[in-house]
Amino acid sequence: MFLSRSDAITLWTLRAFAAITAAITLLIAAFLLLESGPALQSPGLTHFFTDRAWFPASATPQFNLAPMIAGSLLATLGALLIAVPLGIAAALFSRFYAPPFLALLFRRLLELLAGIPSVVYGFWGLVVLTPLIREWQPPGQSLLAAILILSLMILPTIALLSETALRSIPQSYLQGAAALGLSRHSTIVGVALPAASSGIISAVVLATGRAIGETMAVLMVAGNIVQVPDSLFAPVRTLTANIALELAYALDGHRAALFVSGLLLMALVVVLTALSHWVTRESQHA
Amino acid sequence: MTDSCDSSTLRPWAQRQACCPTFEPCIEVLDLTVAYDGKTALHRVSLDISRGCITAIVGPSGCGKSSFLSTLNRLSDLTPTCQVSGSVRIEGQEIVGQELNLITLRRQVGMIFQKPNPFPLSIHENLAFPLRHHGMNDRQRREEEIEKVLSRVGLWEEVKDRLHAPALGLSGGQQQRLCLARALLLSPRILLLDEPCSALDPLASAVVEDLIASLRGDYTVVIVTHNLAQAKRIADYVAMFWQVDGAGTVIEHGSAGTLFDSPADPITAAYIAGARG
Repeated sequence: MFLSRSDAITLWTLRAFAAITAAITLLIAAFLLLESGPALQSPGLTHFFTDRAWFPASATPQFNLAPMIAGSLLATLGALLIAVPLGIAAALFSRFYAPPFLALLFRRLLELLAGIPSVVYGFWGLVVLTPLIREWQPPGQSLLAAILILSLMILPTIALLSETALRSIPQSYLQGAAALGLSRHSTIVGVALPAASSGIISAVVLATGRAIGETMAVLMVAGNIVQVPDSLFAPVRTLTANIALELAYALDGHRAALFVSGLLLMALVVVLTALSHWVTRESQHA
Repeated sequence: MTDSCDSSTLRPWAQRQACCPTFEPCIEVLDLTVAYDGKTALHRVSLDISRGCITAIVGPSGCGKSSFLSTLNRLSDLTPTCQVSGSVRIEGQEIVGQELNLITLRRQVGMIFQKPNPFPLSIHENLAFPLRHHGMNDRQRREEEIEKVLSRVGLWEEVKDRLHAPALGLSGGQQQRLCLARALLLSPRILLLDEPCSALDPLASAVVEDLIASLRGDYTVVIVTHNLAQAKRIADYVAMFWQVDGAGTVIEHGSAGTLFDSPADPITAAYIAGARG
């Protein structure tokens, strides 16, 4: 292939930037592996699931991460159960039912919601949400509080990206549906949602990643007690909160164990991404 | 319809007059004006369209042919800036400027677009879903209807073994025939075709054209086409659209024989002779 001088410069510049981006991801993964290496050798990966408890700094350290994994997964799952239906409903309203000015206002508000720093969500959760939950069922700082805060935080991601997916459906589908005398409801269920499904799925995956990775807001409202919660009102600690809470004073084996938490988080996100690719491909073949 | 109207054999337009011998108005358009954002696209069009015949709308680009078509099933409602005034009566029922049941109207008036637009669903679901929507809940009957209509458009043999494959995997011509099947499934009385062959290759185009010609008698067909040869081959009546003072209007209409043989308007004559447009 013949390249002019300017093409060659562009090509190599872009290659360099792409290489940097890819290298950063690989370096982070390598760093996590390296730092958690000692803990993976001794006590070994299975200990993180089979130990009796999480006492990483005692004389006979115990490294059970299961309660934190449960905390992260339950909080994320709960948030998805609330935010996915709400977000998709909001997107459908904005795309198909709202008058243009209202849809625009609605989108701006969602963008604003998406832009609020997580510590502000946490602060609000701590001073408003947890006292409310405490009145209902003490202690207040709980799995439920974490779920509600996370729902709020991922709602705009789901709503905005789903709305974009719905907006990018070819106009010809909607014309075709209208010409067949389909009602708006049928057009949405039968045409729009299937056509936008891969975009909506990526929205949900992105939101899931955000929910799993969220640290500060969850740490402020979840209570952070290491236990597998027995109810929505029980305090929980997530993997991310665990790292943030303990890294400051962790040494040696304890420090390496925290890096194992980080590695687990990363593994979760990789699995999610792979899953979403798979689902998207399947839905395109259907 | 009589045998002499078997239009699967394409005969010259002049001999085809027997097919639509009497003019019975099915669509009556009076003083129809269409504007987008205040800019007139179509100015005071009056045109009657005969039942069971094929009426071709011809003319150069930008003279409001598609706008005209989209007022006949009120698809113009999808464009918020579009204002329509005047009168369109379909089987005597006024459809402009009043509340009416659009679902009923659009079941009665089907439409096919320039670019085939099957839904991103399976071939089968493209047909089953509109049927279900319109209240046909008997699965057995649905399957019969689907087979019947796919046979009608000559697609059954081609797709019967892969009904659950994605419709978007079909060729362009097959997609367009699927869209036609989807429209026919709802038993409309009128079919609006907006340049249905222009996105297809010549072979696929010929297949679709034959299919359209075979609709004569059973449906009132209004077809917008850029292809004068196509209009000559299949149309019973022709309306010539032209841009006058920045807005489209009908400058001449009549039977295909009269219009192609002895056009009254010099612009029509020149356009047909290939000199203009």
